[in-house]
Amino acid sequence: MLDSVTFYIFATLAVVSGILVVTRRNVVHSAIFLATALLATAGIFLTLHAEFLFIVQIIVYTGGITVLYVFVIMLVNLDVALHQVQFNRQWLVALLLTVVLGAQVVAALALSRGTLYNMPPAPVTQLEPNTEQVAWGLFHTYMLPFEVVSVLLLVAMIGAVVMSKKRV
Amino acid sequence: MVPIGHYLFLSAALLGIGIVGVVTRRNVIIILMSVELILNAVNINLIAFSRLVGSVEGQIFALFIITDAAAEAAVGLGIIIAFFRNRETVLADEMDILKW
Amino acid sequence: MDVNAIFEALRPYLFPLLFAVVIVAVLPLVAGYIVLVERKVMADMQVRLGPMRVGPHGLLQPIADALKLLIKEDIIPESADKFIFWGAPLISVTCAMLALSALPIGPFFQIADLNVGLLFILGVSALGIFGIVLGGWASNSHYSLLGALRSAAQLVSYETSAGMAVVGALLLAGTLSTRGIVQTQSDVGAWFIFVAPIGFFIYLVASIAETNRAPFDMPEAESELVAGYMTEYSGFRWALYFLAEYTNMVVVASIATTLFLGGWTRPFANTSWLNILDYFPTLMMLGIAGYCFYRAPKQPVQVQKMFMAAVGLLCALVALILLVPLVAPADSLLASAKPGIHGAFWFLFKVASYIYVFMWLRFTFPRYRFDQLMKLGWQFLLPLSIVNVAGIAVALTLSRTLGWPRILCFLLTTILTLAAAAWLVRVSEKQPTGIAAEGEFGDA
Repeated sequence: MLDSVTFYIFATLAVVSGILVVTRRNVVHSAIFLATALLATAGIFLTLHAEFLFIVQIIVYTGGITVLYVFVIMLVNLDVALHQVQFNRQWLVALLLTVVLGAQVVAALALSRGTLYNMPPAPVTQLEPNTEQVAWGLFHTYMLPFEVVSVLLLVAMIGAVVMSKKRV
Repeated sequence: MVPIGHYLFLSAALLGIGIVGVVTRRNVIIILMSVELILNAVNINLIAFSRLVGSVEGQIFALFIITDAAAEAAVGLGIIIAFFRNRETVLADEMDILKW
Repeated sequence: MDVNAIFEALRPYLFPLLFAVVIVAVLPLVAGYIVLVERKVMADMQVRLGPMRVGPHGLLQPIADALKLLIKEDIIPESADKFIFWGAPLISVTCAMLALSALPIGPFFQIADLNVGLLFILGVSALGIFGIVLGGWASNSHYSLLGALRSAAQLVSYETSAGMAVVGALLLAGTLSTRGIVQTQSDVGAWFIFVAPIGFFIYLVASIAETNRAPFDMPEAESELVAGYMTEYSGFRWALYFLAEYTNMVVVASIATTLFLGGWTRPFANTSWLNILDYFPTLMMLGIAGYCFYRAPKQPVQVQKMFMAAVGLLCALVALILLVPLVAPADSLLASAKPGIHGAFWFLFKVASYIYVFMWLRFTFPRYRFDQLMKLGWQFLLPLSIVNVAGIAVALTLSRTLGWPRILCFLLTTILTLAAAAWLVRVSEKQPTGIAAEGEFGDA
């Protein structure tokens, strides 16, 4: 029962924060609600027994990326933005198409009632100890993607530095 | 455990909200934030299936996605700052230099 | 509703809840008294007396300060963003207190022994940056915003070095759980400060910068930028930020104690002929009690005499509590409380020493200028911490797979890291020539 309660709390928090991110007029408020949505997602990871991802989500996403967003908002914020139109001209068509897409996904999920939807999960002990297993997989089986991702981060770092330099 | 379908529903809901954000808003920063929401929805999906199957590979994939999202946020925000320095705007419909 | 069933269902949450309540209730008082200790230490180093009027020897000063802050008028700037203005100090305080939940104050006093405890503490401390940045933004004032951005930039820069220093200690411990790290230190028999002294030094410097303390307190010093991100905050909101800062100091000291100074273990815990050190806590508290009783008759006012005598009695009571597990018969319940009580004492003693070093450094060194601060963080401390991690990894490999004696490996590592540090210092002191010399501030 505790599982259900925690899932519903985090899920409601995530969905409500997501909606608030997308609809706020003030960009800083959107960033705060993005942080809440990311923290709620981290909670969902914790209920799924993924402890390492829970921590990484907090450190990287909420502690790093959201702070970066807030910095950039402070650099590019214009007061006049508060009085401008927030939604673009094609919002109705876009909303309709998204609803259609969502209906497709929901239909697919509803079709799986009885087979995938209620499938019993594997025993939790297969995922423990979590950090050690992730480390083993990362440095043993998936060593090449790990190295490629490090190169990707290096490229991103260089790119960000080059783009924000002042043109002398 | 909560039935996995619940997690898939949550993931689909966040995906839908993220897509609405990307296609509807004008402010480029909020568009980027909605992309982050979409990536998070995908992560929830991956980790839910990793728990279902009992293998840790879903979590490793989600870790790579988080790293990618960090790199993309850094570069994307750098681009926004560079553009803002030139054109003084962060609205998507006003970024139309390449239109003919 | 069966009471027994409810109690059984709630039992795993009862002790953590109790500990959490104790910490949240005690922490503001402790933070207030750390402020008093800082003022007294500052006075001592400046050859004066410090607060002496409020209560005997100024012991009631924090309570007077807290009352004053509570009854102050709550001013909100007119064009400030009310929602964020209200929420920013809350974020700071929450993250600071949350970080205390994974730290073991004794073998039994821990709110949550997470598998990923140490990373959790690092992550939650990173969240504290939010409180600062949003506070500066919400005030809608130039000084606040600049102070907030500077402070956040400083925190982010030194967070990486602190994380790397922590990773160095983690390599030695082999586990992320804080209790496991202390266990490993007592199993190995040496505190990690002796195994990885450079890692401790890096963590010390990085933690001073993380908590915005001098000599890294450019963002909030009184003569710079008014008060940084706290400029527009008054009354109780400012007290919340202050509480967050001092709680952060306690958190950082607790992390250093857990990782490097052996947590709750007594110095020389494994040598039995030094068991006489077990009596040190009692003797220290008796010494303080004796001093209080000695000064009591010299107080000017009757109330202060009684208050001083009461403080002396309190210290004597603590000394008694510390003595009882040592003299009780070996199998009784009282004797089994020894690790818990003495562990808590040693932990708090080490945390207090670390904070004393913070204060000592504050009143000794002049402030770093902001560009010097950033240069130190990125061009000296970060490469040094990376070399430290690599060195510890190499030392561990040499001692585990090749079988070299451990002392030799770690001595080699320390010398190598010191050489790298010397080279980094030499490189950064060289004057740049050509285009690089025309930097933003015109000098190195």
